[in-house]
Amino acid sequence: MRTDGVFIGIEVDDAALAAEPGLARHLDTVCPVDIYKEVGDGGLEIVERNVDECVLCRLCLDLAQLDVGQDAVRVLKLYDGGATLE
Amino acid sequence: MSILVDADTTFIVQGITGREAVNLTRECLDYGAGAKIVGGVTPGRKGRDVHGVMVYDTVQQAVEAHGAPINGSVVTVPPAFTKDAVFEALENGITLIVIVTERIPRRDVAQMVELAALRGARIIGPNCLGIIVPDVVKMGGIGGPAKNAAQAYTPGPIGVISRSGGMTTEMSSTLSAAGLGQSTAVSIGGDAIIGSTYAELMGHFEADEQTEGIVIYTEPGGRMEAELATWVIDNDCRMPIVAFMAGRFMDEMPGMSFGHAGTIVEGKEDTATEKIARLADAGIVVAEEISEIPDIMKSKLPAHVEHLKPPGVSVPSWTRGGSA
Amino acid sequence: MRFFEYEAREIVKRAGIPVTDFGFTTDAAQARAIAERIGGPTVIKSQVLTGGRMKAGGVKFADTPEEAARHAADILELEINGHMPRGVLVDPKANVKQEYYAGVVWDGTAKKPVILFSDMGGIDIEQVAEEHPDHVGRVHLSNLMPISDHKAKECIAQTGVTGKALQRLTPIVRRLAQLFVDNDMVLAEINPLCEMHDGTFVALDAHMDMESEARGRHKQLLKDLGVGDDETRLAREPTPFELAGEEVDGSDHRGVAGNVTEFDGNIGLVIGAGGGSLTLFDAVRAHGGEPANYCEIGGNPSVQKTCGLAKLVLTKPGVDKIAVMMSIVSNTRVDIVARGVIKACLELGFDPAEKIAIFRIPGAWEEEGFKILAKYGIEYADRSVSMHEAARRAVAKIAGPDAVAV
Repeated sequence: MRTDGVFIGIEVDDAALAAEPGLARHLDTVCPVDIYKEVGDGGLEIVERNVDECVLCRLCLDLAQLDVGQDAVRVLKLYDGGATLE
Repeated sequence: MSILVDADTTFIVQGITGREAVNLTRECLDYGAGAKIVGGVTPGRKGRDVHGVMVYDTVQQAVEAHGAPINGSVVTVPPAFTKDAVFEALENGITLIVIVTERIPRRDVAQMVELAALRGARIIGPNCLGIIVPDVVKMGGIGGPAKNAAQAYTPGPIGVISRSGGMTTEMSSTLSAAGLGQSTAVSIGGDAIIGSTYAELMGHFEADEQTEGIVIYTEPGGRMEAELATWVIDNDCRMPIVAFMAGRFMDEMPGMSFGHAGTIVEGKEDTATEKIARLADAGIVVAEEISEIPDIMKSKLPAHVEHLKPPGVSVPSWTRGGSA
Repeated sequence: MRFFEYEAREIVKRAGIPVTDFGFTTDAAQARAIAERIGGPTVIKSQVLTGGRMKAGGVKFADTPEEAARHAADILELEINGHMPRGVLVDPKANVKQEYYAGVVWDGTAKKPVILFSDMGGIDIEQVAEEHPDHVGRVHLSNLMPISDHKAKECIAQTGVTGKALQRLTPIVRRLAQLFVDNDMVLAEINPLCEMHDGTFVALDAHMDMESEARGRHKQLLKDLGVGDDETRLAREPTPFELAGEEVDGSDHRGVAGNVTEFDGNIGLVIGAGGGSLTLFDAVRAHGGEPANYCEIGGNPSVQKTCGLAKLVLTKPGVDKIAVMMSIVSNTRVDIVARGVIKACLELGFDPAEKIAIFRIPGAWEEEGFKILAKYGIEYADRSVSMHEAARRAVAKIAGPDAVAV
């Protein structure tokens, strides 16, 4: 799943979401600017209008790392040639 | 040396679990030698931990747990609760209080200040960012995260006093870039009544061996600059003072408030024009632009401060001694 | 927050200070009814939050209720210094023996309230203090001790007033001090405070100004007086542009993009922090620029809020470009502000490089912010460019190099 704002792109691995039912809820809880929203049971919606509010806090990356391991969530700096937030 | 705080100053953060307070705690712990934050207080949150700082329900508990008097407190609780928090700190022997909270009615501030005077304590603020001793310690949000603060503030001979928190950093950064470090920078707050005015801090700077000159940031509103001018004349101040006055446009707009709560032209004495004249009468140079401040200061500093470092060169060791 | 005279008198009355049997109305017929009730000569006074109403014809005397109604009708239509009256006050014409002044204000140096009293009432107290300093009494009040009669008595006695007048004035002045404190006033003034021929005292006019920050503690009083939450009572009423600015600031709780004030010029300003905004506004004017607005960004507002503010300024008639400038930031983030202002340009269909004359915000997250600005080709500056230099560049770019004052 991928949603791009003007400045920030968000990529969430659909397979990871399917494999880890708690991931969507955790993302919803952890994001300080409400980019992630859990829908239904374990489904995830990326809230389009909040994507550019991303403060590059890495909380979602750390959380995905804990939940499912490498690269399940990627934050892209579209203003920096699409560089991923490390 | 420095004024008000040094590396050994112990303090607590009242309202430590609030969003801004959590950040502020992190910033102070990270900066310089690392602030000695010996506890935090948020009623009902005893037992929590904020970046390794223990949280207590009352100041009394924090003092008991510390086992010795605590020097200071950074108060960052909502306006309606600030007076009680400050009274609590004062009644538990705390003698230096930095009030971060904005929008506190001035009657509450006046009560806090009067009780502080009775207890021999000093209040900085409200509506301020606190105190910083470059490379040593900061008490409050001044300069922001440790990394940003380190970019703007360097140790040296200039004392900075400012009614604007942000402009404390802007002016200090300009001074640093010109090789003029700071002994201590104090954000005193932008309200009509504050715990410590320019004049009330001047005695501390005057007595501080490291400080050779003073830079102030000022605005229209109030009588604080007139008070400073009088202090300088009455005490035959040993240090040159350079001022910057923002908000000159407000002279044309009486009754309108801009910038800070205390920044309003209500009478002739409040105007920028009148204040500049008062300061000039006391020999205080008012710079037209911030970028002029370092050169004006250098031309006025006494001869023995000649070994000012050029930008990029390491700071002479005498400026680092003192409190560390 | 200033009160109209009729409100101020009501506050005085509630504090137990004698006032005349006045009435307030917005209607000429009602003014007649009030005058009838009073039964005798009356004074009709315009209720405006500005000085000089006597000179402007906003105060008139009437011998009959009919005359009172006619004067009321005239005064209700009379604009004074750009203010239309809220209504008229109908007051019995007083039979005055002597006028006094009593006021309480904050002394910011002493950090205490100070009572001012003069036996020369009816004129401006600052003028009396200058010309007849021995006719002004001054006594400071403790913030922690209860307010007692002796403070009022000392203040009055300093002017030489003694005898029955001193005894009668003392509780009035003490009550005035009490109401000042109880209601979080920054000014509480009775002028004139009149001694009538029968030896009684009455407050004939009053000025009250409540600290805005304390409004929340006086909801009941404000409700009783009919003061709406949206009444700013500033020196001038907010313009539609300024109201739109308030709406942007209220759009979410994160940070501040507020205190938008309208000016006549063509330089759109997206500027920030309290002291930073004051400095930059002065700097633009010092370089010959004419700002289109004032504003204050602070506390790290959301991208959306910054975008809203930038859009508001960009769409103000007469504004072609904006200058985005702040003092070094430590809480507000450079990258977030950059995103907001660029977004504003893009959403309005503009090229950000064209519309943003200069971006000078150094500090927190500047590395990321500068990358964003570079991508969109916007001229930006770090802390090595002073605030005044940034303002000069903004003026040169927006108003043209010829406009720049040296």
